[in-house]
Amino acid sequence: MTGTTVEPSAPSEPLPRTRTDWLPLLLVPALALLALPLVGSGSTWATLTVAGLAMGMMIFLMASGLTLVFGLMDIINFGHGVFISLGAYASLLVLGPLAGWAQSDSVWLNLALLLFCILAAMGVTGTVGAVFERIIVRPVYGSHLKQILVTMGGLIVAEQAIHAIWGASPIPIPLPATLRGALIIGDVVMERYRLVAVGIGLVVFVGMQLLLNRTRIGLLIRAGVENPEMVEALGYRIRRLFVSVFVAGSALAGLGGVMWAFYRQTLTAGMGMEVMVLVFIVIIIGGLGSVGGCFVGSVLVALVANYVGFIEPKLALISNILVMALVLIWRPQGLFPVARR
Amino acid sequence: MSRSPAFPLSADGGRTSGSLLAGFLSSDLPRSKVLTVILLAILLALAATPFLFSGSLPLSTAAKICVFIVLVASYDLLLGYTGIVSFAHTMFFGIGGYGVAITLERFGATWISIATGLFVALFLSALLAIAIGLLSLRVRAIFFSMITLAVASAMAVLASQLSTITGGEDGLSFQLPVELRPAFRLLPEPVLGVAINGRLIAYYLLFFVALLMFLLLLRIVNSPFGRVLQAIRENEFRAEALGYRVVAYRTMASVVSALAATVAGALMALWLRYNGPDTTLSFSIMIDILLMVVIGGMGTMYGSVIGATLFLLAQSYLQVLMDAGSKTLAGIPVLPNLIHPDRWLLWLGALFVISVYAFPGGIVGRLRQAEQ
Repeated sequence: MTGTTVEPSAPSEPLPRTRTDWLPLLLVPALALLALPLVGSGSTWATLTVAGLAMGMMIFLMASGLTLVFGLMDIINFGHGVFISLGAYASLLVLGPLAGWAQSDSVWLNLALLLFCILAAMGVTGTVGAVFERIIVRPVYGSHLKQILVTMGGLIVAEQAIHAIWGASPIPIPLPATLRGALIIGDVVMERYRLVAVGIGLVVFVGMQLLLNRTRIGLLIRAGVENPEMVEALGYRIRRLFVSVFVAGSALAGLGGVMWAFYRQTLTAGMGMEVMVLVFIVIIIGGLGSVGGCFVGSVLVALVANYVGFIEPKLALISNILVMALVLIWRPQGLFPVARR
Repeated sequence: MSRSPAFPLSADGGRTSGSLLAGFLSSDLPRSKVLTVILLAILLALAATPFLFSGSLPLSTAAKICVFIVLVASYDLLLGYTGIVSFAHTMFFGIGGYGVAITLERFGATWISIATGLFVALFLSALLAIAIGLLSLRVRAIFFSMITLAVASAMAVLASQLSTITGGEDGLSFQLPVELRPAFRLLPEPVLGVAINGRLIAYYLLFFVALLMFLLLLRIVNSPFGRVLQAIRENEFRAEALGYRVVAYRTMASVVSALAATVAGALMALWLRYNGPDTTLSFSIMIDILLMVVIGGMGTMYGSVIGATLFLLAQSYLQVLMDAGSKTLAGIPVLPNLIHPDRWLLWLGALFVISVYAFPGGIVGRLRQAEQ
């Protein structure tokens, strides 16, 4: 652990950790406040902030699975991007038969459609994840070099398979009717879909934190991260735990993929790999294996990209890299270094 | 290095010395009869391509093979010898290409432009490689892979956005010095029925620079420096414990490999008389390089020759074969899609995965094993 201030937690804290490292958490509000005078107008600032938060949530959804898998299994899955694409394509399974729901004026029907898309995507990516773990990943536990190579190979094959199944040309997927457009409150413009994304992202984040910190499974997972042999010696099947975490990670990628696809409104097999760059930046910033760090990193990167894009558009192209470089100079292991690794 | 590592290294096996050939190959001989024959065949075919085949396609393929042998060999220095995965290799390839392209386009078609462009590109590559290495290799090697991916993609975006300098998505077309233009005649009469023109000179320039770079890389991996890299690959902690500074060696390796990739990029641009994001910078080239290294054989320079040649030939000819297969299977669902000519990467990807599991030494490793 780093030598920064470590304070005991109070019951009302948003992150139910026994010890909370406050500095990285303060980074996000500090950044938002710093940007306010630079942006100038308050309503523009609010618009940028909400949009950035939504973007951050979507990145978090896509990245959380990867960092979880790394934290528990020490597996780096370069093929994670293909689960994002696959999840997005899987939503076509629902969008085809339920096309009427997308045109409906009812918010609830539209949200239900989104929910079904997400469930379909998570089902498909979870299943494929189980197969992927068995065929591609299991033989290379313990060797990072081979993991990178083999999962890249899996990515190539799976991406080509998507081409073979759904065709190589991009497929447009329109947003459900009531989720299009923006809400305008005063001078603040907020896209509706981004608000939905913020909601889903928060639910997933809180759910993951509760699961990891307040349940027996979460306890086992955290124990497995610390000392897998000991957990196994106590009579738990660590292998089964590993596989279920990999499946959960893949399903989360599928969830992120659906959200990302509706945001882009087009499907391409390469969409997952394109966003992987951001995903890697985010999990490096957060500290490999830390879910909370991944969350903070996502929001940080998305906010910086938005503010910089507004203040100095030319710089926005490399703002992600700059944020990463600065964070790594400050904390070479990322914001929340995971113990032991 | 004042002393050699205290433990035996795998690649040390077939050390012979004395002959001139062994000297050229830094005593790192192919160590397999079949491999030797294949390598000689490739060398002779590349050397004689202008006289063996007519038309521009075989010559272009041969030139591309020469460039990619250097590119893949330099990547193998990182992946196979040092054991770190970089995704920024095309970035250095692109820097080389853009360096030459920008100076030739701006300052006229002279040899001085080429030299300036290459020199600036080499400098920039070295600087970037050091920066990336120091930022990421300090902590753990796995950071390096992700950070190179991020930096390379940022670089690709920059190249396409700074269109006033780089030509954006369209890239840059430029003129070569007079001696390398197709209209230039070195000899008035054709030799063996082939006109000795600037295009031929350009090809042989590429061929000999590539050969030289390959032998240089072979020399580097067989030097004491190369041995330390292999020691780090095998056991990082032990190498560190023996007193070698792992971070410094890894960074050095990434610099050397970046410089070689830069030269390859310059060669590519010179041959195409064009440089753009798709020819040198794109991520798909990075994946191609990975496939070539692993299928050819990681950790041996000869693997890059086999891998690059096989892959680029497959790129041209496998698709024709698959097209025929796809047509015969027409009518069956999904199956024709799987062997559609555009899906050739699917099969190479599968071959790649199988290679990593079953033949970690790739084709070269397999051939050497068969010999024993």
